Amino acid sequence: MSGNSTIGEAAIRAGCQCYFGYPITPQNELTEYMAAHLGRKKGCSFIQAESEIAAINMVYGASLVGARAMTSSSSPGISLKQEGISYLAACELPAVIVNMSRGGPGLGSISASQSDYFQATRGGGHGDYRTIVLAPSSGQELADLTHRAFDLADKYQIPVIILGDGMLGQMMEPVEFKHEAPEELPIRGNALRGAKGRPSRIIKTFTSKPTELEEINWSLFRRYQLIRKEETAFETFLVEDAKLIVVAFGIAARIAKGAIKNARTNGMRVGMLRPVTLWPFPSEKVKELAKRTRHFLVFEMNMGQMIEDVQLALEGKGEVSFYGRPGGVIPTPSEVLRVVSRLYHQKGLESGK
Amino acid sequence: MLIKTIFAGFGGQGVMSMGLNLAQAAMLEGKNVTYLPSYGAEVRGGTANCTVAVSDEEIASPVASSPDFIIAMNQPSLVRFQNQIQSGGVLFINSSLIEAEISRGDIDIVRVPANSIAEKLGSPRSANMVMMGAFTKKSNIVSVSSVIEGLKSALKDKQKLIAINEKALMAGYDLL
Repeated sequence: MSGNSTIGEAAIRAGCQCYFGYPITPQNELTEYMAAHLGRKKGCSFIQAESEIAAINMVYGASLVGARAMTSSSSPGISLKQEGISYLAACELPAVIVNMSRGGPGLGSISASQSDYFQATRGGGHGDYRTIVLAPSSGQELADLTHRAFDLADKYQIPVIILGDGMLGQMMEPVEFKHEAPEELPIRGNALRGAKGRPSRIIKTFTSKPTELEEINWSLFRRYQLIRKEETAFETFLVEDAKLIVVAFGIAARIAKGAIKNARTNGMRVGMLRPVTLWPFPSEKVKELAKRTRHFLVFEMNMGQMIEDVQLALEGKGEVSFYGRPGGVIPTPSEVLRVVSRLYHQKGLESGK
Repeated sequence: MLIKTIFAGFGGQGVMSMGLNLAQAAMLEGKNVTYLPSYGAEVRGGTANCTVAVSDEEIASPVASSPDFIIAMNQPSLVRFQNQIQSGGVLFINSSLIEAEISRGDIDIVRVPANSIAEKLGSPRSANMVMMGAFTKKSNIVSVSSVIEGLKSALKDKQKLIAINEKALMAGYDLL
């Protein structure tokens, strides 16, 4: 099953009731899948919107009335959605937004790239807010994390971004779906479904009194702190005795893993840290690893974005190198192996220093 | 054992179907598999390729730096990929459409006149399956019965197409 279709099926099984999208490569198979499978389901709706902006605002509306809603796009389309995402964050509304990102800036290229790390992890739109960002690296994880995205969005009343790329979207892998679509979902407490017999609820994004907004900002950030504490996720691979740790996410982590396996057979003690949540970033884990390992190589399919989070986490307590391929160029495991070998040698790690 | 294969040719020759076919067969045999299509503004007559990785263990990278097998269905694919193949690997050439000499001496070369065999069978479009048959036999990654099984699930209830494709597959299989 292709990655894009996998997200679609997983979303339906997570109880997604509404999908709104506008076509863009390389995520069209997801829209197509939702058109074919969600549109026909009772009580569910699929709309191909007139624009990306319309689509995110439809998600906004659906979320207001308590539906599990999703939209998807690719880099430039996600830029257009940022205003809506900021509004969702302000109103504390759940939503799932999929970005099968491509090369940038501008219209960029349609090939796989990771150039939207900053956009995804720094909120993206205007205002003081965060979104949870999940970075799957395999077909199975696309399924599992899509399901998790809906749960997290509801649990914390927050927009959740799934950050993939063109390659994850197009690649086919066997996938096992662990959940059946729920018969019925509980109705969220703050959903607007008519105020008969109770005082009306007001959900809004504008607050005229600065002190009132300040209180809202504090309440959002207390929740963000809780998310940092509870939901940070990562995978480690052969880090126990590593002298060099590669930090990579998504599809790049997969390519790096291939390189690391080869490095190990060549006697190099190399491991990997793969953040699964890009926000919250596993800073504590980086710090902990730095107690045993001095050298870190950040590998991304961009010019260096996640490297800033690694450097922040290390607080100068490790040496960070970078290797990146931007523009939609897909690096090979042997290319990464060459970088790893060179670095390993340059830093004199063979000698056990 | 990790084995990577690149299928390449013109859009419309069925190279993506060949890759999917291998991926499906490997999945049926309970192996780990990834199928990665080349993705661009692909059109009929343009170039297309896909990479299939099959392994007993978890597959790290779906990208092939130096594949074990390459199937070149046309001349541009041969030019593009022949230098990538691993030393000792096998290069399958559709000799109906490719006349060029191969510059490498460290690989095994299998020439299959896929188009002319398919034409003789009365189904010119099944040239990809002729090649698939030869590839299945030589590469020994999956069994021919799994390939047929995969073919059936891809074509579902189109009995006529299944018969044509199976015939082409076996013609290629029996060639080697």
